[in-house]
Amino acid sequence: MKTNRYPFYFISAGLISLSLTLFFGLLSGFQYIIPDFIKEILPFNAVRPLHTLFAVSWVILTATGGIYYYLEQKNQNYKLVSVHFWLFILTGIGIVVSYLSRNFAGKEYLEFPSYFYFPIVSGWILFGITYFKNVFSSFKNWPVYYWMWATGIVLMIYHFTEAHLWLLPYFRDHFVQNVAMQWKAGGSYVGAWNMLVYGTSLYVMAKTSNNDSYAKSGKAFFFYFLGLTNLMFGWAHHIYIVPTAPWMRYLAYGISMTEWIILFSIIYDWRKKLSQEKKIEYILVYRFTVLADFWIFLNIILALLISIPSINLFTHGTHITVAHSMGTTIGINTLILLSSVAYILELNKKITLISTKKIQIGIKIFNISFVLFWICLLLMGVKKAHWIYFTEAISFGQFHESMHWFYILFVFFGLGIIIGLYYIIFELLKSIKNHLTKV
Amino acid sequence: MKPKKNLLILLLLTTLFFVYNFFIYTDNSSYGNIHLSEKAIRGENLWLKNNCNSCHQIYGLGGYLGPDLTNAYSFRKNDNYLKAMFNSGIKTMPKFDFNESEKEELLQFLKEIDQTGHYPSTNAKIKPNGWVEIQYKNDVHEN
Repeated sequence: MKTNRYPFYFISAGLISLSLTLFFGLLSGFQYIIPDFIKEILPFNAVRPLHTLFAVSWVILTATGGIYYYLEQKNQNYKLVSVHFWLFILTGIGIVVSYLSRNFAGKEYLEFPSYFYFPIVSGWILFGITYFKNVFSSFKNWPVYYWMWATGIVLMIYHFTEAHLWLLPYFRDHFVQNVAMQWKAGGSYVGAWNMLVYGTSLYVMAKTSNNDSYAKSGKAFFFYFLGLTNLMFGWAHHIYIVPTAPWMRYLAYGISMTEWIILFSIIYDWRKKLSQEKKIEYILVYRFTVLADFWIFLNIILALLISIPSINLFTHGTHITVAHSMGTTIGINTLILLSSVAYILELNKKITLISTKKIQIGIKIFNISFVLFWICLLLMGVKKAHWIYFTEAISFGQFHESMHWFYILFVFFGLGIIIGLYYIIFELLKSIKNHLTKV
Repeated sequence: MKPKKNLLILLLLTTLFFVYNFFIYTDNSSYGNIHLSEKAIRGENLWLKNNCNSCHQIYGLGGYLGPDLTNAYSFRKNDNYLKAMFNSGIKTMPKFDFNESEKEELLQFLKEIDQTGHYPSTNAKIKPNGWVEIQYKNDVHEN
């Protein structure tokens, strides 16, 4: 009997974070259109880190909640899990207060004061202890997703620490090295949480198709190690343009070319195997995964193109990079995590038929809006690249004003994404609440 | 797949990873020879404290609401103009209240990062294999 409520608390906090990242994303979008919009109360330098904080929280909390749930059959130390949960929640509140009071100190995406490093890394260590205590005894039979979760947790601790090395006097004065290391750590800790998310995806696929053989196959492990190689050595495509030694960039160029093929191939194989009956049993899981598949396909093309240095030269620092990061965060990670939440609820028969229908409407609104939003970002990126490399004597201010209608479209489609996802979030939270009141 | 074989591959990758990281952390010659002065580091602290990166980019990395500032110093060639911009509160930019010494520190930061390289790299050379020879300000790296 499953009695631990904490996986659901993690997932609920993740879903609330998703709704907040969308809200702050919308506020920052308005600031592109109306420069003075809430500038005195909540300027862009506070709204943007709040938007990214909640986006990262959505991914990490929901992936963590899912993994705790999937481990639950075994002996879990609920106290450790609860300490982990409250440590993350209180730290998150502390960071929000810090951003609202405009108390910044860190580099991009980790703008909080450095003392927040300690509770965050402690939470990851607690997660690691619970995880390894649960699965260590079955090491010989680990399917690939156990390996992915294990390496994801360990590398998250390593790269999150690496992201703070610039504070040490040894590194402090070398600006170019700091930029390189910032993007090495940042690229790799995203890779680490992707290990948690993609591992979750493989777990859900194995369970819904009732077939664990793929997760133990040589092919799955080949792709896992290829992904791990990318995580460790493939980060430098972020800084092709930064004046570092060419060997760093050569290495990243070679490795990056293999990157997105990995998950696409895995999901493609799974779809071929999934029977019609299972599709009906887990209809929402299926819908979310098929859409994730679609976004993987689009992002494979984009990621491969922008990892070629001669194309990256023009796309770097433009909205095409944003299209790539949004495509992977919203298009892939969010859909995989939503499929994981839907799997847990469908497995427990906790989603009503009405909720399922509402979620399906939400999925449609979300996907149409997101396709248009993504295309809009690509066009904005092309326009910016053209401005940077092929026009002269046009100031940034003039260029920015020429983008006004693009910004309006971008916010409009963003609004569509919010409506679609809010439909889904609300129904999932409602189903979780129903589940918890009956446990 | 056998766990021993997997462990061996993991061990190999981890060893390579540590060797690779050792070079990334210690080989200063890979990053040019510009080191920030203490005054510029104080300027960078102000940059971080006010989260300037949320709107501005350096080497194309950062937010998109304001201009890239990698070479703002040599582009403007005007210290007073840049110092006036810091507190201008123009359009979306928050109205900051930097005092004169803070403005000097921020200016020094921009001056020193300007010396590290070029962005955008408009004189980069594109090679037939997709590679790009970027333009360095210091002749430290050979392509």
